[in-house]
Amino acid sequence: MKPAPALAGGFPDLSGMRVAREPHWFRWFSAALIVLVLAAIARAFANGQIEWSYVSRFLTVKVILEGIVNTMVMAALAMALGIVLGIVVAIMRLSPNPVLKTVAAGYTWLFRGTPLILQLLLWFNLALVFPTIGIPGLWSARAVDVMTPFLAALLGLGINQGAYTSEVMRAGMLSVDIGQYEAAQAIGMGRLRALRRIVLPQAMRVVIPPLGNEFIGMVKATSLASVIQYPELLHNAENIYYANSRVIELLIVAGLWYLLVVSILTPLQMLLERRFARGTLRLAR
Amino acid sequence: MTKPLVAIRSVSKNFGEFQALKSVSLDVWPGEVMCLIGASGSGKTTLLRCINQLAAIDSGGIWLDGELLGVREQGGRLHRLGEREIGRQRLKTGMVFQRFNLFPHKTALENITEGPTQVQGRKSDEVRAEALELLRRVGLAAKADSYPAQLSGGQQQRVAIARALAMKPMLMLFDEPTSALDPELVGEVLAVMKELAKSGMTMMVVTHELGFAREVADRVVYMDQGAIVEQGRASDVLGAPREERTKAFLSAVI
Repeated sequence: MKPAPALAGGFPDLSGMRVAREPHWFRWFSAALIVLVLAAIARAFANGQIEWSYVSRFLTVKVILEGIVNTMVMAALAMALGIVLGIVVAIMRLSPNPVLKTVAAGYTWLFRGTPLILQLLLWFNLALVFPTIGIPGLWSARAVDVMTPFLAALLGLGINQGAYTSEVMRAGMLSVDIGQYEAAQAIGMGRLRALRRIVLPQAMRVVIPPLGNEFIGMVKATSLASVIQYPELLHNAENIYYANSRVIELLIVAGLWYLLVVSILTPLQMLLERRFARGTLRLAR
Repeated sequence: MTKPLVAIRSVSKNFGEFQALKSVSLDVWPGEVMCLIGASGSGKTTLLRCINQLAAIDSGGIWLDGELLGVREQGGRLHRLGEREIGRQRLKTGMVFQRFNLFPHKTALENITEGPTQVQGRKSDEVRAEALELLRRVGLAAKADSYPAQLSGGQQQRVAIARALAMKPMLMLFDEPTSALDPELVGEVLAVMKELAKSGMTMMVVTHELGFAREVADRVVYMDQGAIVEQGRASDVLGAPREERTKAFLSAVI
């Protein structure tokens, strides 16, 4: 057999030819359709029974601003409580101790298994079960004085959040390779130190996106505390429309504020993610 | 008379139905370099993990530096030691893993200083100086501030060796330290281990690198199905094995 030539002939020369742009007819069509639908919706709202002047007037009124501050304070505190509880419960859940494991599983079962609004009402009405609370011989008080709307909302939201956060934390801890526990043990670390120094910092990276999700959920869940008279955003908006009957306008005001807060939280989450991504990216040397 | 640094007596370990170790007895002498060879599932890695107490033995006993590991004898019964005591005993051994297991969120230097500062509570500037010296010793002085993801497998494993050495162990355990490496990176890790052997460190090395065993090991131990089949000088076990199973293993590997 003859040795093959280096390159066979018979293929046209394509060098210098460019790939033509595709027209994408369907994209143009669907975009136009969506613009039309949005315009129709906007027109309907513009001609509907909404006094937009009320919306702009009440957007920055003092009671609404106080409401948004209370909403943010409650969301931050309840989330902090939820994260602390979540970490503790997740560690208990992954412990070899069957008592701790069972207690942790029971906590998650109870607080995930009942509606949040029911839990808030139970905390707020605790005085019906225990008229006085305290430590025997040291301190006691009437439960109605202690269980303010603030405390009831904090406990209700925070403890409920802890049940959800514990599962997020547990998933994060399980995502860390078993070899990391072993390497930590091999340099003499105990279980808790290994968790704190080695496992949790790595779990945080996995856990931040779902926790951001949970926090956004929490900002909106604080509105449930309006049923126990906590003066958050929705509660204050309701109080105004009880007086002036501008129901839709004030609900839009509250909605705009919730949207604004959530919009600010998203880039903050990105910053946090970058902080905990240390060592996972091939950084330029 | 010198005493063995590690004395293993009638150690058995089961994983469910599977007998990983069947009444293994073995001595490791101070300064000795021992290579453990055998097919996967032969129990050699399990033996190392039992010495480092990453796995608890089911029966028998292991003495390290004269101290019984993992349990305390009292009133004719054995009582398990607490986590703190086991942690203290582990400080006498350094472990190098097949998959390096460096802490990915810490730099090379921080990986090395973590144990001495956090567990041994030593001063950080003194530990830092020692860690930099260790990095120099494994040829990575320039990589102190690199994260593991920025290092090659061979470099990571050398940092892992430095991390284990930083605890000033009496015994170094290597669990297939080159098995996860690309072939061209094996040499640099073996070179560090050879240097360590030359410095007089007592080492137990689970390995498939028979060339390394032949060159560096004072003793080669061949294990099969959870038991020691044959042991002796490297030239004898690898060059002129007596047991049929050893012969079969060696002819399959080479």
